[in-house]
Amino acid sequence: MKIEGKRAIWSEYQKEIADDRYFYVRSCIRQNFFPGSEVAFLRIMREELGKDVYEHPCHTTCSGIGYHGDVVPVETAMTVVARQFALMTEAGYKNYVPSCITSFGLYTEILETWHHFPEVEGKVRKQLKKATGREFEIPENLAHASDVIYKFRKEIGAKAKYKLVNKNTGEPLKVVDHIGCHYSKMFPLKGVGGAEYPYVLAGMIEEWGGQVIDYPERRHCCGFGFRQYLVQANRGFSIACSKQKFESMQPYKPDMIITNCPGCPMFLDRWQYVINEMEGKTYGCNGEGIPVFTYEEVAGLVLGYDPWDLGLQMHQIDCEPLLEKIGYEYDPEKKYEINGTVTKINSHSLLNI
Amino acid sequence: MLMQDIRFEEGLNACMNCGVCTAICPAAEFYNYDPRQIVDIVQSGDNDEIEKLLKSEVIWYCGECMSCKTRCPRGNAPGLVIMALRGLSQDLGFFVESEKGRQQLAIKRTVGESILSTGYCVYIDMLTPPLHPEQGPNWEWVYENRKELVNRLGGNYKGSGPGILRKIPQESLDELKKIFEVTGALKRYEKIESSSMKKAEELNLQLDETNDNEYFRHIYKTNNGSHTKQ
Ligand code: SF4
Ligand code: SF4
Repeated sequence: MKIEGKRAIWSEYQKEIADDRYFYVRSCIRQNFFPGSEVAFLRIMREELGKDVYEHPCHTTCSGIGYHGDVVPVETAMTVVARQFALMTEAGYKNYVPSCITSFGLYTEILETWHHFPEVEGKVRKQLKKATGREFEIPENLAHASDVIYKFRKEIGAKAKYKLVNKNTGEPLKVVDHIGCHYSKMFPLKGVGGAEYPYVLAGMIEEWGGQVIDYPERRHCCGFGFRQYLVQANRGFSIACSKQKFESMQPYKPDMIITNCPGCPMFLDRWQYVINEMEGKTYGCNGEGIPVFTYEEVAGLVLGYDPWDLGLQMHQIDCEPLLEKIGYEYDPEKKYEINGTVTKINSHSLLNI
Repeated sequence: MLMQDIRFEEGLNACMNCGVCTAICPAAEFYNYDPRQIVDIVQSGDNDEIEKLLKSEVIWYCGECMSCKTRCPRGNAPGLVIMALRGLSQDLGFFVESEKGRQQLAIKRTVGESILSTGYCVYIDMLTPPLHPEQGPNWEWVYENRKELVNRLGGNYKGSGPGILRKIPQESLDELKKIFEVTGALKRYEKIESSSMKKAEELNLQLDETNDNEYFRHIYKTNNGSHTKQ
């Protein structure tokens, strides 16, 4: 389908995204693997955009990985989520912003269920009251943290120090976007651009100078599959899914991958390393891996933040080739510096293996 | 019991057996798995067949990606139907009858326990390099320097107040525990433990409370090779 046709389709799926006063809930996976991304999100929201974003010290996991690992029953997950809503209500906020796609999918599923089955909501209210004494209001607006960055992509673009453009050729960088299944596959109307043509990341990429690659397995799962990764015996499924995506995107010569979900970038990064170890195969140009980023990391790079403040040293696939392409100013020697001490020798090997 | 699960009402509505869900399903590409068939059996209401399903390997192949939900012409979600079947299989103790089902003990003891002890589904301390070789050599450096690195990036490793990887207050963990008790999660946890204990005895594999014993290692690592397409 021509790109114009796709634009017409996604334009039907625009969602309402609140413009200030957000209640922010963190992601288990993002905190562990991409802590710099959550720091960057708050820095952009508060310092660049001047928004009010509140984090409650008592919020917890939404239990989503336990729910999709099938050890946490649906009633439990609903009540844990209800407790998060209670914290929001008590703090005087109405716009709920999770930092995780699994969470966002779970919140969406729960709100839809309560909408269609009010008796289930009633039961959860009673259970929450019994367990914690708390009461809650349903958020007026639910937006994933990437929806909020998407909403302000033009403001971020206006402050850009760098563009997603190859400094040597002047060509836009070729960018793969990976949305994460639970963003809109269950409830297409709740995601920017719907399930088939999600525009949340594509909108950022285009605004910041890059070019989105449309490849056959664009919507395919990264392969997390919850139990399919959590248990070592099942990981063949996980790696096979990612491999299918890499094989499909490789002919389009991507410069980078941008991701929506906190888990997908970890898998797309680590499975490139594992495939290289197993088969000696790489998917980027010149025998390199394809660097993988979270949307917060890319927004931070566009704004000129230090890559080592963004946490790019935590990736297995080196980010440096991408930084060089953009013409980024950074200090390669500071990569593994912590509190003034260099804790690892920077090998400058392209795959970092 | 099955029909009481809200996900059946949400997830199953006059399947016409068209197979679109199977065509889009990543698990069906990899495993000997056909979500259409599962929906068909559940819809048939044949209790013997459903019981067989609850004891089988096939209900454990789905990755819960929900790609099937997007494409089903009837708006069904085979992935949600699978979730309800998995819940029932555990609550009835049938999950230990399959290799893939037995793995639920590993998920309960890692993610399941982490929720209650830390307030996170996973916490960086759990992600040790020997258990996670796939994380690569850079992760060894991350893991070794985790406290300083997380804090250097602006986190709050095991600190008080808000922030990344902070210590979640004990009162909040107590609330989670109470929610788990009131809503049946603890009961499911106990059932997973007791059924696994019985199975371990039957298989003559040692199992204790730790994650370092014959049965745990067995369920975490064994793959008899009969599950996939090749
Ligand atoms: S796509 Fe829907 S209607 Fe078709 S077989 Fe699957 S569940 Fe049934
Ligand atoms: S949710 Fe399960 S059945 Fe549905 S497409 Fe994903 S893996 Fe297949």
